Amino acid sequence: MKSVLIISDRDNVATALQVLEPGSTLELGDVRLAVRESVPSGHKIALRTIRAGEAVIKYGSPIGLATAEIPVGAHVHTHNLASTRGRGDLGPPQREPQPRLAEPVDETNGR
Amino acid sequence: MAAETSRPGFKGFRRPDGRVGTRNHVLVVPTVICSSVVAERVAAATQPLGTAVPHLAGCGQLGPDMRVTHETLAAYCGHPNVGAVVVIALGCEQVVAQSLSEAAKRHGKPAEIVAIQSEGGTVRATEKGIRIAQSFADALTATDREWCDASELVLSLKCGGSDYTSGLASNPTLGRVTDRLVDLGGTAVLGEIAEIMGAEHLLASRATREGTATQLIQIITRVETEARALGLDIRGTQPSPGNIRGGLTTIEEKSLGATHKGGERAPLEDVVAYAAPITRKGLTVMDTPGLDVESVTGMVGGGAQVVVFTTGLGTPTGNPIAPVIKVTGNARTARQMADNIDLDVSGIMDDSETLDAAADRLFDEVLAVASGQLTSAERLGHREFAIHRRNPTI
Repeated sequence: MKSVLIISDRDNVATALQVLEPGSTLELGDVRLAVRESVPSGHKIALRTIRAGEAVIKYGSPIGLATAEIPVGAHVHTHNLASTRGRGDLGPPQREPQPRLAEPVDETNGR
Repeated sequence: MAAETSRPGFKGFRRPDGRVGTRNHVLVVPTVICSSVVAERVAAATQPLGTAVPHLAGCGQLGPDMRVTHETLAAYCGHPNVGAVVVIALGCEQVVAQSLSEAAKRHGKPAEIVAIQSEGGTVRATEKGIRIAQSFADALTATDREWCDASELVLSLKCGGSDYTSGLASNPTLGRVTDRLVDLGGTAVLGEIAEIMGAEHLLASRATREGTATQLIQIITRVETEARALGLDIRGTQPSPGNIRGGLTTIEEKSLGATHKGGERAPLEDVVAYAAPITRKGLTVMDTPGLDVESVTGMVGGGAQVVVFTTGLGTPTGNPIAPVIKVTGNARTARQMADNIDLDVSGIMDDSETLDAAADRLFDEVLAVASGQLTSAERLGHREFAIHRRNPTI
């Protein structure tokens, strides 16, 4: 059984299929990824450094923005990733929300 | 299940209006919360065909809120999984008993009204209701199933109690079944607008008519604007606390996984209101909330005869008139909640089964259930029913 699953080539996170222990190394094709911290099964691990404010990509589409710099090999969850949708807590919108009609651009720049 | 022809199909109940049911219920429908207990007792006395739709509305409602209640109840009266209808009224409520019985009769079904005030109380109304429901049940027992083409199926696509396995295993399995059913000329309906938020571009790009994509975006924008207008963060409920423990961080992530249920190529043919009739073959999106029972109630009201409900963490939800098939990609849930699960596709997670093989099993399960095989929810008596409310009770 694979230890992580990368769904789309555009993704900058992978899904852990088992608990990932810090200090362990994942072999992803010809790339080696050092696990930085414990990642529970079913949770996400950063495949590369994601800057604060940058989109986190899974299923080939953005799933929110990084709220802090996420180092490669780090656990990606509510502490460093936030939704951009349905956020009434952020105050009245400057403009109506604009759901996307087209495929999102590749914000990973080919990774 | 294959017949003399090579096309897949199932054995269903052909109704006088030409539509096909997968179940043969006597529906006992209360017009209002006040007649719900009598309706439940009448249905309980006419097992196994009797089934009630007890609800909390029917009075103290205004405008669109009242209309949705009325139309949802009328939709259940006209539904092909229902063979006959007993309306239990109180006598002074807003929902009109006569129009519910007419909804049944318009589809060629027998229907009778019992009003608690005019019958002279609970005991007399219950007694009369049971007598009528039993005579309807006796007549329906003589109805035979006949061979029906798979294209006559309207499949409701639902997920709940999602975790990371939902987007990787059970939802893509269901998506393959959706594509296959639609290829055969069948119909599928996807609800839960909040759980399309963040994945709308994938569905909008498959819209066949100008305006359908726009309609989809408009209802998603409405849900998002409603959350903003309340000054509330949708993260209070989306994803749910259980989703987050399961590894889902944002609504966009949950939506991208959830939208897999709608397949990869099935054309988006229509966007319809809550419990409104699903009239076009192919994929329809219905404007329902994310709450499981309200969502399933609406999609069945629209005409779905079978529901496939994927789950990661496990959930018991059923429906009073439609079978609900539970599918999980989580091996632990398949073991721990075995009595609630119909199909275990967790082999996808450990590479012991392919998505295509799991989809073949699910497609066969859908046809077997459509032909009468009971689901876990049916065996356990899960018949949850909740009409979506748009306004507070006045």
